[in-house]
Amino acid sequence: MVDQARMAALAKEPLVVVGAPTSAIRGTWRELRDVFRQREMLGMLIRRDLKARYKDSALGFVWTLVRPLTQLLIYYFVIGKVLGAAHGIDNFAIYVFTGLSAYTLFSEIVAGSTSSIVGNSGLIKKVYVPREVFPLASVGAALVNFAIQFAILLVFTLILGAFPWHGGLVYLIPSLLVILVYGAAIGLVLSALNVYLRDVQFVIDVGLMVLLWASPIVYSYSMVLANLKVGWLLTVYTNNPLTLSVLGLQNAIWIHDPTKVVYPDHLMLRLGIAFVIGLVCLLGAQRVFSRLQGNFAQEL
Amino acid sequence: MAISTPVAPSTSGATAERPDVIVIDHVRKRFVVRKDNTIRERIVTLGRAGRKHRQDFWALDDVTVSIQAGTTVGLIGQNGSGKSTLLKAIGGIIQPTSGTVSRRGRLAALLELGAGFHPDLSGRENVFLNASLLGLSRKETEERFDDILAFSGIGDFIDTQVKFYSSGMYVRLAFAVAVHTDPDVLLVDEVLAVGDEAFQRKCLDRIRSFQEQGKTIIIVTHSLSQVQEMCDRVVLLNKGKVLHDGDAVQAVSKFRDVLEERRSGELSADVAVGRGTVLGATVTAEGKEHRAPIVPGDDLIVDMEFEHLDRVEDWEAAVQINNTAGQVVYGTTTGIMGIHLEPLRGRRKLRLRIADTNFGTGKYFINVSMMDSAGRHLHDLPECDSFEVPSFGDAVGTVYAKPSIEELG
Repeated sequence: MVDQARMAALAKEPLVVVGAPTSAIRGTWRELRDVFRQREMLGMLIRRDLKARYKDSALGFVWTLVRPLTQLLIYYFVIGKVLGAAHGIDNFAIYVFTGLSAYTLFSEIVAGSTSSIVGNSGLIKKVYVPREVFPLASVGAALVNFAIQFAILLVFTLILGAFPWHGGLVYLIPSLLVILVYGAAIGLVLSALNVYLRDVQFVIDVGLMVLLWASPIVYSYSMVLANLKVGWLLTVYTNNPLTLSVLGLQNAIWIHDPTKVVYPDHLMLRLGIAFVIGLVCLLGAQRVFSRLQGNFAQEL
Repeated sequence: MAISTPVAPSTSGATAERPDVIVIDHVRKRFVVRKDNTIRERIVTLGRAGRKHRQDFWALDDVTVSIQAGTTVGLIGQNGSGKSTLLKAIGGIIQPTSGTVSRRGRLAALLELGAGFHPDLSGRENVFLNASLLGLSRKETEERFDDILAFSGIGDFIDTQVKFYSSGMYVRLAFAVAVHTDPDVLLVDEVLAVGDEAFQRKCLDRIRSFQEQGKTIIIVTHSLSQVQEMCDRVVLLNKGKVLHDGDAVQAVSKFRDVLEERRSGELSADVAVGRGTVLGATVTAEGKEHRAPIVPGDDLIVDMEFEHLDRVEDWEAAVQINNTAGQVVYGTTTGIMGIHLEPLRGRRKLRLRIADTNFGTGKYFINVSMMDSAGRHLHDLPECDSFEVPSFGDAVGTVYAKPSIEELG
């Protein structure tokens, strides 16, 4: 007995070529649509990543906060008080924590997605799902962690009586978007490269450490202006998307006296340009990823 | 299965109305085997010298197959013949080097049960995760959750972390999830070999009900009897090429030839195993002509001729009778009969008498083997003769006995 309705329904569906490399625009569009269709699975993968990470540990989620809080304490005392960087920066603890939150978000996105394909090799070799979901799940997990950290940051500001209820808050969304776009773009490319060259995961450790010190997180932008005299180097430093986002986030969260703090001109414009360039990079990254993903199953 | 009537899978329904669900068009897949693995070695062997260190291996070589909806297709072949690669290409897990695979409809792949299970999550969480990997939405999974749980027989352990499961429970849960997705095309890769017999039965039953619902199933297996039982079409792959595409019985016999070729190739390399041959064998019923139908109560006579070019001290003759599904229905050897054969040099004829047989309706094949004392096969002559048992109309199966019934009130 053959189900005629099923046959008829099947006959109506178009024959789709499986995983063939397609033209840039149509291919990207199709893959985006596939990922969008799988958003439920994406949600479950994010939950799995978060749940599995601290399963069987007594403190669980608290551990996600231990690292940034420890970093905060170290930077606050060693850099801020002992080395005197806090001089001239009001509410230094909030200043550092704001920058650290931005940096942690970025580094978790990049580090998490880089290892995501290799980490899910069992799945990738056996089940076909759009492979983009694995790096994207890491992005999602990093965002959840960021949300918790951010909530604590806000509680902090309340306790210290410096809750950021001011016009600077408009910088919040653009800054986060810039981090997301660049983190996802870099994460996508590196996750695919890591399959072929496992050195990548060691390289990013170094790269992320450099980035931590190459953005005004534990020191202020005015110190950079005072010490970095080479013009092009300063331009590179300032237009580093992470620097822009950190500055934007500080603008939004950290209450300060605007006359004493130096920011690069047109911060909002710079953020906007960075975002647009980032979007283009993200599309490019997706193309690279979809080119490389064809051989994932046999390389893993 | 209460009654094991060998029912061929239904092929009824006009084929014209069956759309192609999978079209494999001149697919080739190359794997490059490199012998230089570190960067240092690669730099040393860069350029022309590097080619010597690469070896191309064509796992699939110009495979063209299209599969209509509602058929059950078996992929068979020896190890490394490209079966699993083809299945993965259909599933989109690997991309062919050239050629295209296209398909329509929803596809679920049972390539490895529980591939998506995370050991630290509970059974329940894994069911949802795995179902979504197989393309089920959360709502659909919730609706089917009770069925899945019942089918798996996991019971209260569903909220335990999966790492504490026994391997059987693991597989049962994974299979339960997989069969409760509602795919148009189901890819199955040797997963049926796991689990205990009762569970295997359950799986096969489920696959049969999939067949009834008109789903397309593509199955890779080494069990030839399973292939003949379930598939209405068999693709035999050998070294990446399609050797046969069509009828299951023919495919299986061709596959046996391939295996026999390989085995004799391996044997001849083994010098100690000499040069023995089974020259031929015929089967007749006592007092009847060759090829005459055989009925219950007949004595079967199997005349065999053996030859050994050197001299073999200890040897045994073995006879095996298979049904059309390739299942052994009868077998004996001179060894288990307790007969010691004289050393063989040159040719020798033997006659085996099987008294008072009661074979059921169907066709049977005779396989004759020559073995040494260690049980190694010196030579096999598969399906060298056959006989047929006519239908009696009152019973089925491989054994016939006269049934009758009386009322006990």
